[in-house]
Amino acid sequence: MSKLILSIDGALLKEIPLTKERITIGRKPHNDIQIDNLAISGEHAVIITVQGDSFLEDLNSTNGTFVNGQPIKKHFLQSGEVITLGKYSLKYINDVVPSMKNDDFERTMIFRPGTAAIASMAAMSTPTPMQSQVRFTDADTRLDGYPGNGQLAGSAAAVKVESIPASASIGPLGFSDQKMPSLPLGAIQILSGNNAGKELELTKSLTTLGKPKIQVAVIARRPQGYFITHVEGDTFPIINGISVGAQAQPLKDYDVIELAGIKMTFFLKH
Amino acid sequence: MQRNAVLEMVAQTDPGKVRSGNEDAVWTSIACGSVILADGMGGYNAGEVASHMATSVMGAQLEKAFAKRAGITTKSAALSLTNAAIKVGIAEANRAIFSLSKTQEQYAGMGTTIVAGVFQRSFLTVAHVGDSRLYRWRGKQLQQMTTDHSWLEEQIALGSLTREQAHLSRNKNLVTRAVGVDAQVSPEINVHETADGDVYLFCSDGLNDMLSDSKIALILSKCSENLDLCCSQLIQSSIDQGGRDNVSVILVRVIATAASAAPANDRFFLNGWRRFSTWFKSCRFVKE
Repeated sequence: MSKLILSIDGALLKEIPLTKERITIGRKPHNDIQIDNLAISGEHAVIITVQGDSFLEDLNSTNGTFVNGQPIKKHFLQSGEVITLGKYSLKYINDVVPSMKNDDFERTMIFRPGTAAIASMAAMSTPTPMQSQVRFTDADTRLDGYPGNGQLAGSAAAVKVESIPASASIGPLGFSDQKMPSLPLGAIQILSGNNAGKELELTKSLTTLGKPKIQVAVIARRPQGYFITHVEGDTFPIINGISVGAQAQPLKDYDVIELAGIKMTFFLKH
Repeated sequence: MQRNAVLEMVAQTDPGKVRSGNEDAVWTSIACGSVILADGMGGYNAGEVASHMATSVMGAQLEKAFAKRAGITTKSAALSLTNAAIKVGIAEANRAIFSLSKTQEQYAGMGTTIVAGVFQRSFLTVAHVGDSRLYRWRGKQLQQMTTDHSWLEEQIALGSLTREQAHLSRNKNLVTRAVGVDAQVSPEINVHETADGDVYLFCSDGLNDMLSDSKIALILSKCSENLDLCCSQLIQSSIDQGGRDNVSVILVRVIATAASAAPANDRFFLNGWRRFSTWFKSCRFVKE
C-alpha cells in the first residue's frame, strides 16, 4: 500500500496510508488531511489513487503545490517524490512490490468508474484507524460521486485471474531485458571462405547467419544457452557433420556449424 | 502453418511458465481469410470458457458470412457484409457468454477480450475489444494498429499520463471493455489497406507485456521469412522473459493481395472496357 509521510522542517509528523481513492489536503476541517496553517488553502490539493497509481492535483491553491521543488497542476506520483505545501512536506512512498505469494496481483480486470478501489481494497486487510493530528473525516468523502470503498459494483467486477508473480529482475519498464550473468557470451568464428578468421560476438538475443534466399539460420541467446534454428533455404544447418533439421538445436562450445557452404565454429568466451 | 495463394497463417498459444491453465483461445481459417484471438478472464476455468465461446461463436459467424460473400463482386458490398458479420459475431458471443455467466454461478463475471481480422482482396477488417492487439510488420517497421481499451490508454488520452510514464504505472491490467460482461458490447472496427509482404501479428497481452516493441520487431526482422519459426520464437522469448501470463500469437502474411492476384480475366475485362470507352469517347458519341 502506498502512503504519505508528513513532516515540517525535517521533523516527522505523521504517516498517512492512502486507503481511499480520493484524499483531500487543505486547511479546512473537512479535508482528509487537514493542515491548519495559513499558507495552506482551504482546499489545497487532492490525491487520487487508482490501484496503486496516485495522481496529485493542485486545486488552484493560493501558494501552489510543488513536487521535488517544481510547481505542478496535475502530477503522476512516483515513489520517493516529495510534495511541498507551504512549509510542510509530504513524501510519497509506494513500495508495493509484486509478490510471489499473492496470486491476484496484476490480474486483468474490467475497470469502470466506481470499481477502481476494488482490487486495492481486496489487497488490504483492515482499514487503518486514523490518529489524532491528521483528521480523516469519512462523511465528506463521497462528494465525488464514487460509491464507498468497500462497495463492490456487482457484475462489473469481472476478474481475469492473471497471477503474475514478478521476479525481482523485472525492470521499471516492465520489460526485463534479463541479464544472463550465468551465461557466458558466445561467439562465432568463420573457418572458411573469404571471411575466414573473422569473429562475431553473439550479443543480441537473435543473430541471423547465412545468405538470404539461399540459406539462413538464426542463433537465439536464451537464459538456458544458445540455440540454432533453420530459417529459410532448402538445406538445413549442419552441426559437427550432422544435418539438424528444422528443430532448434542447442549449441555447445566448439561446435562446428556449416551454413550456405561456410564453416564456422561456435565457442563461449569464458 | 496454413497457406494458400494469397495468405499464410500460423497460430500458437502457450500457458506460460506460471499459470496452470490457458485462458487464451485462437481460431484461424485460411479458407475464410479470418483469424480470431481471445483472452479470457474469470475465476477457475471461467476465463477459458469465455474465450473459447467467443472464438467459436464468432468463427461460425465469419464462416457463414464468407459463404455469402462468394456471390458478391463489389468491394464495398463485401466489406459491409464482413463488417456486419463481425458485429453480429461479437454481439452473439457477448450474449452467449453474458447469459451463461448470469445463469451459472461458477461462471459469474467471466468475460474475454477479442481481436479478429478478416482479409479480403487488399483489405483487412480488424475488430477488437479490450487489450488484445494487432501489429503490422511492413517494410521493416512495426506498427501497432489497435489502441487498447484500457484504463491506461484512457489516462494517456486524457493527458494524465504520458506514454513514457505509462510504463511506470501499476495498472496495466485494467481493461475498459470486454466481451460478455454486460448485456451490450461495442467493438471497435477498422479497415486497413494491405500490401504484398505485410505480416500481421495478433497477440494477447502475454506477449506485449513481456516483450517491448523493439524486441518484437527484432524477432520479426530476423525470422519473418519463416512464419512458423517466427511465431514460436515470439512465444519462446516472452516465456524466457518470465512467461507470467498465457501468451498467444497469430501471424498472417499477405503473400499477394487479391488485387494483384486478381483473376487475369478480371483485369482483361477491365482493360477491355477502358479501351472500349476511350474509343467510344474518341468517336464523340458521348459528351464528356
